[in-house]
Amino acid sequence: MRFKAELMNAEEMRRALYRIAHEVVEAGKGVEDLVLVGIHTRGIPLAERIARYIREFEGKEVPVGILDITLYRDDLSEIGVRPQVRQTRIPFDLTGKAVVLVDDVLYTGRTARAALDALMDLGRPKRIYLAVLIDRGHRELPIRADFVGKNVPTAKNEVVKVKLAEVDGEDRVELWEKEAA
Amino acid sequence: MKHLLDFQGWTRAEVESLLDTARVMAEVLERPVKRVPALQGFTVATVFFEPSTRTRLSFELAARRMSADVVSFAAATSSLQKGESYKDTLLTLEAMGVDAYVIRADAAGVPHQATRWVRGAVINGGDGRRAHPTQALLDAYTLLEALGGLEGRKIAIVGDILHSRVARSNAELLPLLGAEVWGAGPPALLPQSLPGVRLTPRLDEALAEADAVMVLRLQKERMEAGLVNLEDYIAHYQVTEARLKKAKPEAPLLHPGPMNRDVELEGTLADSARSLVNRQVHNGVAVRMAVLYHLLVGRER
Repeated sequence: MRFKAELMNAEEMRRALYRIAHEVVEAGKGVEDLVLVGIHTRGIPLAERIARYIREFEGKEVPVGILDITLYRDDLSEIGVRPQVRQTRIPFDLTGKAVVLVDDVLYTGRTARAALDALMDLGRPKRIYLAVLIDRGHRELPIRADFVGKNVPTAKNEVVKVKLAEVDGEDRVELWEKEAA
Repeated sequence: MKHLLDFQGWTRAEVESLLDTARVMAEVLERPVKRVPALQGFTVATVFFEPSTRTRLSFELAARRMSADVVSFAAATSSLQKGESYKDTLLTLEAMGVDAYVIRADAAGVPHQATRWVRGAVINGGDGRRAHPTQALLDAYTLLEALGGLEGRKIAIVGDILHSRVARSNAELLPLLGAEVWGAGPPALLPQSLPGVRLTPRLDEALAEADAVMVLRLQKERMEAGLVNLEDYIAHYQVTEARLKKAKPEAPLLHPGPMNRDVELEGTLADSARSLVNRQVHNGVAVRMAVLYHLLVGRER
């Protein structure tokens, strides 16, 4: 793969997440009944950061859960390599809650679709929002994000790499291009 | 891993990865909706040439919790009675588009043979005295849940080791996870040797400082065959409160079921807080969900 561009640096990422945190509270008219659910892998630290920002400016704790969507993927009967399943941990009742699903990149929409089905099996939220750091387009399903850090038009042979300090040692979003085979 | 026949050739990492998946499945079983769509489009057949209720139910529930379609073949109600062979039965199912076969047979080696007859995944649901790998996996899972880890832990298996496929599979699996496995029983019910297990006719030696005790079922056929006398067995090998004092305090008790109360195990112990029998049955579903996931997803169909 060939590096093409930096899409976001650490400071821009912090600002984008801070803005999302404000938008989430505004949309929910406060933090009553608000919960965050991060999708494995990088959605989890993103959800934790949004919760931290909300704590900073609202002084209130928003619960954070983690969701693994592997068992809800729509391609398990055809893929050649078995994906490792990981823990889902949502230690609170989702029924009646406003749930903000958090992921790093929104692309085809298939992960979000799987996450919606998984959440529905875990409870009956009154509302589900989707927050993503990067929306790169190319949707294959009728899904859109409610909160977006940055919209990035991409080509299908490009790859968006979100790096987070908690997982990758630095905060940065990069655009890469796959070499022609 | 293409099939689950026994633990020959398995690595510790493969076993641990499977048990990690089982922990995720156990969490699924705690949800309001105890079902995930992961195996939608797959078909699982339970093929029981030898009767068994709990193992078959556990596998069928596991497959349904994963949204697979399930078909069930039981010898007593089938054309096996009319002389159809193991092979023909499996080829018939293969023609119906089955992806995984859970096979239980009184003859050792049938599941192994089956891998040459069908393209789908074969899971050994117990063959003769040879192996019962999913029982050993659920035992390991339950032991890990109770003890936290198996490295250096002493596990005592008590009873009819000679005829037990459960003992044989645990003898393969538990040492792979770092456990020290002991087997105790009357000399007539002990094999000459069992790789991975220290055998002794002295129950107190096996129980001494044991971290957990697995009690095996004493089958009536053994007594009828004159291998063992019931009163003698109870007098020397029944696991009782008094004898358990040799083991570590609170050492948990496992039993693969079905249990003969007051034969291999003192009845009050079976109902005590030390007994993990219900945990074993509960965990069996999660472990079998994990086995189906590991064998079916990513497989060439």
